[in-house]
Formats: sequence, structure tokens, C-alpha cells
Amino acid sequence: MFGLGKSHTNSLRMDAPQPTSLLDIGAQNVIGKPLDRYEGPLKVSGRALYSAEYVFPDMAYGVLVGARRGAGRVVSIDAEAVTSLPGVIDVVTDFKTFIRNPGQGGETEAPTQGVEEIVYFGQVIAIVLAESYEAARDAAIRLPVEYEEAAGRFDFAAHKHETDVPPENNTPAHFGQGDLDQAMAEAAFTVDASFTTPSQNSAAMEPHASVAMWDEDRLTLYGSYQIPTKDAMQLADALGVGKDQVRIVSHFVGGGFGSKLGIAPETTAAAIAAKRLGRPVKAVMLRQQVFDATVRRSNTEQRIRLAADAHGRLIGIGHETLTSNLPGEDYFEPAGIGTHFLYPGEHRLITHDQVRLNLVLSGSMRAPGEAVGMLALETAMDMLAEQMAIDPVELRRRNEPLLDPEKNVPYSSRSLRECLDLGAQTFGWDARETRPAQRREGEWLIGMGMAAAARSNLLQSEEAKVRIEPSGRAVIETAMTDIGTGTYSVLSQIAGELLGLDPRSVDVRLGDSDMPASGGSGGSWGACGSGSAVYLACEELRRQLAKTLGVEPGAMTLKDGLAIAQNKSMPLAELVGDGIEAMGAISPGKQKDAVTQASYGAHFAEVAVNAVTGEVRVRRMLGVFAAGRILNEKTARSQCLGGMTFGIGAALTEELLHDGRTGKLVNRDLAEYHIPVNADVPQLEVLFVAERDQHSNPLHAKGLGELGISGAGAAITNAIYNACGVRVRDYPLTLDKILPGLPDL
Amino acid sequence: MRFTINGRLHEVEPDIRTSLLDLCREHLGLTGPKKGCDHGQCGACTILVNGRRVNSCLSLAVMHQEDEIVTIEGLGEPGSLHPMQQAFLHHDGYQCGYCTPGQICSAVGMLDEIAKGWPSHASTDLEQVSLDDAEISERMSGNLCRCAAYPNIVDAIREVAGADARTGSDVGA
Repeated sequence: MFGLGKSHTNSLRMDAPQPTSLLDIGAQNVIGKPLDRYEGPLKVSGRALYSAEYVFPDMAYGVLVGARRGAGRVVSIDAEAVTSLPGVIDVVTDFKTFIRNPGQGGETEAPTQGVEEIVYFGQVIAIVLAESYEAARDAAIRLPVEYEEAAGRFDFAAHKHETDVPPENNTPAHFGQGDLDQAMAEAAFTVDASFTTPSQNSAAMEPHASVAMWDEDRLTLYGSYQIPTKDAMQLADALGVGKDQVRIVSHFVGGGFGSKLGIAPETTAAAIAAKRLGRPVKAVMLRQQVFDATVRRSNTEQRIRLAADAHGRLIGIGHETLTSNLPGEDYFEPAGIGTHFLYPGEHRLITHDQVRLNLVLSGSMRAPGEAVGMLALETAMDMLAEQMAIDPVELRRRNEPLLDPEKNVPYSSRSLRECLDLGAQTFGWDARETRPAQRREGEWLIGMGMAAAARSNLLQSEEAKVRIEPSGRAVIETAMTDIGTGTYSVLSQIAGELLGLDPRSVDVRLGDSDMPASGGSGGSWGACGSGSAVYLACEELRRQLAKTLGVEPGAMTLKDGLAIAQNKSMPLAELVGDGIEAMGAISPGKQKDAVTQASYGAHFAEVAVNAVTGEVRVRRMLGVFAAGRILNEKTARSQCLGGMTFGIGAALTEELLHDGRTGKLVNRDLAEYHIPVNADVPQLEVLFVAERDQHSNPLHAKGLGELGISGAGAAITNAIYNACGVRVRDYPLTLDKILPGLPDL
Repeated sequence: MRFTINGRLHEVEPDIRTSLLDLCREHLGLTGPKKGCDHGQCGACTILVNGRRVNSCLSLAVMHQEDEIVTIEGLGEPGSLHPMQQAFLHHDGYQCGYCTPGQICSAVGMLDEIAKGWPSHASTDLEQVSLDDAEISERMSGNLCRCAAYPNIVDAIREVAGADARTGSDVGA
């Protein structure tokens, strides 16, 4: 039997396809099943603890103070004016160490620090500590701060001709192939259209929060973060301590959507204040501060050019984009990322140029790139179909490339055509009027639209530890998080399938940077990466079990807690003695470039546009998706519902508005920044196309969390055009933009 | 002052500035009600006061002398979930779980309003209110869900309402 100290690591670098998956030979039959969420009973009963809900003796309450200038410098902070108020303990700042801009996803070094200089309105400059939340809030509001104001760059339109080329970031800033101008000149059909999308906010329901406490020189921070492993490294670097001196715990995260990929300003404020006070400190961002001082998705200006031959086959494609970010920040919204591989065409030009503005950091928000890029590209495709008088579904069918048009490599798997066909059939696409504004029900003009969906499939380095305890239960540990994505559930199902256990006999422990390192939740890579690490650990455990039984792993069946081989069965509890454990580790390899990996889908929408007011109602929407193996049909479907709803918001209502004089965010709360509410969203439908991807990982699965938003908004835009003949290219499509173009009553 | 939360009598002397939400979360250890906006805009803090749903962030604790309050913790717990909690679990009416306690309390309070015949903006007949998806969506639109479990939330509520149209009338009992 095995001792606990003996932990083998089963590593896999994805340098070659994985033709077989143990998930296909598992006997437990739980993989993919629509099981209720593992942690569901805790969530529906209010027992799941989020970061702000950890309580420690002698804890002080901190409320952050944001700068009330858009550019300039803090001259002085009059702490004494508030420390005499009842219950107020102190005002803490550290001009050098407080982070000025939140961290970007995946970074392991400190984000930009230093808060004496002000570079955007609302930048966090101090934290007020008190014995109660009420006292801290009062004092934070009253705190006198003297500023020296400087001129800032707040207005995109005024500065959009002053651009720079940002460094490569997942996708090259500039890419060119062939001669697009020539292709446009020679094409039978062309589209040349510009689009704008506004800045947006992730608006996760849980505000960013940190509870910080020091034990000697080691910090434990209960924070709402998507990547505890890397966020702890960012924070350690910011604080100037060793990376083993910071632990971040994020067992439950109340939504992230990119906004919690990197550390936000409350982390350093809480950590420094806790050190200064020698007490635990809780710092929760106010909703307005989440808008002011975390992350926005950049606004974009996009020019799409399509050049098609007489059959509608693309010979050229252009996607030139302008985005904005703070001075010195490398990140750019990669709006053209999906355009690289979605459609063919020998002549290509895809560019990203950056405008420097003094507005809150722009960074990742659900499907960075595709979410806004597809609003432009898939609307332009609709315009091309109309010009050619062919069905938009048919136009996409004619533009299915055999190879990646830039890299000349095959697709790992690509079921876009199947998604289009199943979607068109299920939705009743045949009933669509080809000419706009033909169908009317009372005051309402009815129309249908569609769009393709695509999202790159990414893999991060991931580790997980799996143990079979003497009781026969399994325990999974990884620093991976569940931000609503279903991680707890799918990991329990993967281990259940491979170890022959009811998933309820698997304990999943997540969200602690002291656990095996994880790339965390982001970029739709979480389930595949952490799931593969769990898979590999379980594969090693299966080998150990087989060895104990004296058989080859393939000759052993694990089911319902029993190991069955050579016509004998034995409970795992008896086989594992004091318990056995193994580490699994996966990392990206040659497969990343040998094939182009992405998930695909098709959206179909039916909208009603009010002929009198221009109001848009989404009446029906169907998304059909192919993302390799589906690990849990229930949580996967929910991910798609969420993405599609983000698409509704992007198309119709979401828009951050900055005051052009100061950069102050005008609509910085949930009453003024309009995310979709229940009444905005009909009973959306989701279907999956069966698919396996042996190039992506041993699960044969691909990313799903961001696929649902890709193209969703464009399907609505196209449906609006079909309903009323108005094509708005300036998002969101609010009624004031639709009204002037409506047909006569 | 004194009031009952989840059937238990509490006698407290809150700061007059303390909201009912902060009283629950910061003083009574009831972190089921969530703070999403602190401005009555998101509904994550929804609880039941004398059977009616309220945004607890918009109500001062000192206004609740002798009130009977039910939070998500009082509806049910793992192992003995309230039918609405069970329906949310089964229909996946949540993802990250942060808005969920508010959604569930709101759904329970909302069904009681239907049972009492209170019409809404979506009601076609103000005298005879019937429960359909449009009614549910309209009445649940004060509870935001950024994960966007809305279709599943409607499914969950429809199931509970169908099984027992009076579910909301004996809240927390």
C-alpha cells in the first residue's frame, strides 16, 4: 500500500494530439451529465461565504477614498480632520505602494503603483479605517484632500488621431497579408463600413472586496479574485515581499467576467492598512468605486472591409481598430482577434491602434476581442449577404475555410457549419422575410437575424492534486476558482468518471493560492486546463490502483467506489490503505501552433421594433454551440445563456459615459449603467453540437464561457435591420438612434 | 430595540445609520443577504419583512421595531431546502450565487403578491392576475443577475408556482 508522502506528478505538455480520452472509457457515466451544481445547496441557502463575509476578531472597517480630479497630483490629505470623529481609527495611504491601476489578467508582477500622481478620476488614493462601516464611510466622504489639477486627455474623439501601436498581446497589434486595397478594387462585391462600440463594465454582482490579515510577516487576503496563484504574485510584488509571504483565498467569487483577473486597488490598501494597524482590515469597494477604479472594456472604432468574388467567397478581409487605454499600459482590446481565423480570404489587414486617455484602465471583459469585434464583423457579413441577395446563413456556409487563412494549418475541430444548419432548422429561419420591414404585428415590426460565433481556445499551465482517502472518498485541490462557471461541478465529475466515484464522493477544494498552481478562471480556459490537471492526477491514481491489483490499468474497471479486475471487486477504501495521492500538471505545447483551436457557434434572434417609439424587444433567441466535449450540460448551458445575455446588453443598452471635461464616469451605478434585467431577456434556447477535440487537451473539450457572447449582439443588430430596415452601426442600439430611420407609419 | 429574524428574537442597539442589510451582515452573522450596490438598484439584499420583500440596504435597522424578518437563511438550509431553493438548484437559477439569496427571497415574496391578486405592469387584466412568464420576468426585474440565469430563474419560479400557487403565503413558516 501507499503512504501519503508519496505523491507522483503526471505531467503532459500538449505537443501532440491525444487520440484517446479516459473519459470515454469511464464506467461511472457521470461526465457531461446535467448534474445540479456541487456547491449549489450552499449558494441557494445563503451559506456560501464570499470574501467580504469572513470575520476576524478586532477587524477594522476600511472605506476607500477616490480622487476627485481626473488628472493632477494629491497635494495633501487632512487626516486629522476626520480622525477625531467617533469610531475613526486612522487614514492610511502610501503614495509609493498603493496600486494606481488594477492588475491585468495573467500578469505575475505588480501593476502600476504610485497614487500621488492622479491619472484618472476616482483613482484610489487612501483608505479610512474605523471601528464600524458607518464611521469609516462618513469619514471617507468628509476627508479633505487638496489637489493640484493638471490637463488630462479625456475625450476619445479629440485625441483619436494621436495613436500608438501597442505591443503584441495574444494577437499581434498589426497584421497584413496580400493586398487588401487591390482585392477591394477587383472584388465583385464589397462592404466598407465603420462601427463604434462604447466602453463597458463587467458589473459582477459582488463588488471587489479584500479582508487582509498579517500573521508575522505573512499576509492572508480573502479576496474576490479569478486567479489566486498569479494574483498573490502580483500582490507580493506590489508589497515588496516574497511570493510565499502572500496567500489569497477566493473560495467563492461573485462573478468576475474579467474584472477580477488582476488585483484591484482595495488589495494593497487593505494589506497596508492591516500592517499599519496590526489588525485585520476589511475593504469592500462601493459599487461606484467598482465602476470608477477597476477595469473597463475599451471603447472601439472599427472599420471592416469585405471583398467577395461573384459567388460570395471572401478574397479579402480588413478589420482596422482603434481602442483606448491609460498612458503606459500595454493591454489593448484585441477586437480583430476572431477575424484572423474565422473567414477565408488571401488578402488581409487586421490592425489595432491605441489612443491614450486618462480614463480608468481598460482590460479584459468577457471575450476580450470577439465580444466587440464580432459586433462589427458579423454585421458587415449581413450587409454583404443583403448586397448579394443571398441568405446570410448561406453566405457563411460558402465561407468555410479548409485551413487557417493566415497560418495555413488545419483547425483542431470546427463545427460551424453544423451549428448553422441545426440552428436555422430549429429556429424556423425559413420563415424570415428576406426584405426588411415586411412583417408587422400591431405597433411592432418583427424581424430575424443571425450571426456566427467564434472564440479562441486557450490553455494555461495548470496543476491539481487528487487524493483518495482511507474512507474511499476523493479530494481535489487546486488554486483554480469557480466564479459561477461550474468548476466545482465539472472537476467532481471528471474525478468521479475516472476514479469510479459518485461525484458526491469527491470533495473539491478551490481558490487558495497555497494550493497547486492554476491559471485560474479567465479566457474560457479554466475548465479545460484545471480539468486536464485533475484528469492527469486521476490517470496516475488509476495506475497506482492497477499496480496494487496487479493488473494493467486498462484491465481494471472503477465504478461506484469499487475496483473491478479479473472478476474480483474490491472497495477503493481497502485498496488505498492510508490513502494515495497524485499531482497532475498540464502545459501548452506545440499543439498551440500546429492547429488553430477555437470554439464555434451560431446565434439566431427574433426581435420586435416598436414602429412608433423605436423600442427594441428581443422575442426569441437560439444559440447553437460546438466546444468539444461538454463536461456538464447544465452548467455549460448556463454559461451560454450568460454569454448571450451579455450580447443583448452590448447590443441594446450597455454604455459607460465619461464626462469629456474631467473623465468622471457619469453613469457609475447599476441604475444608470444598464445591464439586462429579467424582463429584457426571453426564454433563450441553447443547443450543443456533439464534438470532440483531441488537439486541445485529454478531455477533448474546448472553452465555452465566452463563446455565447461572441456574435450574440450582432444577431440582434441584424434582426433589427430585418425588422425595420434601420442599420445602426454605433452601439448600443438605443431607440433614439433607430427612431429617425423607421418607416412611415 | 427588538425584532424577530428567522424566528429568533433579537434585542440590539444599532447605530442609527446602520442599514437593515448591514445589521444582518455585520452584526448578526447573517451574510446570506448580499450587498451588490447599497442603493436599492440590484436586489441582492432582498429579504422578507412581515412577509413582504424589501431591499434591506434601503431600510434603516432602527425602523424595524417588532418586525418579523426572514432572510435566505430562514427559508431553508442544505438538507432541508425551501421549495424555491430546491427549484433554483434544480433549474440552475444562478451561477456565481451572489444575487441568488435576493432572487429567492424576492421570488417567494412575489408569489405571495400574485396570490393576493396584486397586478403588475405586465398584467393584462388588473382584476384577474394570472402567472405567466411575462409576469414573472416583470416582477423579478428588480433583481439583477449578471451571470444572467434569468431563463432558469423563470423556469424555477414557474415550477414552484405550478406545484403550489400558495407557496408564498406561508413564508418561512
